Amino acid sequence: MADKVLDAKGLNCPLPILKAKKALKDVPDGGTLEILATDPGSVADFQAFCRTTGNELVEHSEDGGVYQFLIRKTA
Amino acid sequence: MSEQSNGSGSVNPHSMTIIVTKGSLDWAYPPFILSTTAAAMGLDVTMFFTFYGLPLLLKDLDLKVTSLGNTAMKMPMMGGHMGMPNLVSAIPGVDRMASKMMKNLIKKKGVASIEDLREMAVEADVRLIACQMTMDLFEYDTSDMIEGIELGGAATYIEVATQSHINLFI
Repeated sequence: MADKVLDAKGLNCPLPILKAKKALKDVPDGGTLEILATDPGSVADFQAFCRTTGNELVEHSEDGGVYQFLIRKTA
Repeated sequence: MSEQSNGSGSVNPHSMTIIVTKGSLDWAYPPFILSTTAAAMGLDVTMFFTFYGLPLLLKDLDLKVTSLGNTAMKMPMMGGHMGMPNLVSAIPGVDRMASKMMKNLIKKKGVASIEDLREMAVEADVRLIACQMTMDLFEYDTSDMIEGIELGGAATYIEVATQSHINLFI
């Protein structure tokens, strides 16, 4: 169970990233944020976001057009 | 050894500047999308608003788009993509209609409004510099502009740019 869940479904670039960044503020260090999105571009973008910021993309998957990301706050 | 701070030669690898020169609804997107995203990714971001980009700092935005002279502007319509002949674009009211259509599309597709992106830029401490010369040229007053902006000129921008890793002109 993630420490916080962000529903970014229906939002387009760059809103899922911007909202995730904001949501990460409420996640304790080492804690996790789960993000749900429907923007197909978010797959590449969350990987780039994590590489650049130093947070860890623990896992990501897709189910019926909904993308799920799990980010561990390590930065 | 002098401290590595504002001195010349020290470039912050996590920094970006954008010169914003266009203020139509469509052209307002790239600078605000990039600045907010870069800030979210931990970069120090500075935007320099000059010429037609300057009105993007006005308190009240009324952004419009025109298809006049823009052959690549095609909107999804009736199952296809339709452009508009220049002659039609020039008819009064057509720009307003096209702007309304694009704003509807923006809402429908979950794309942020420029007002929202700008607010997020301010919240993320993006440095917003209004070009003083353009303020004078087009007779704008700081009271017309949103809070938290700075005034500056070319030298102000160049100083920031010399310390910035990514410098864009849009």
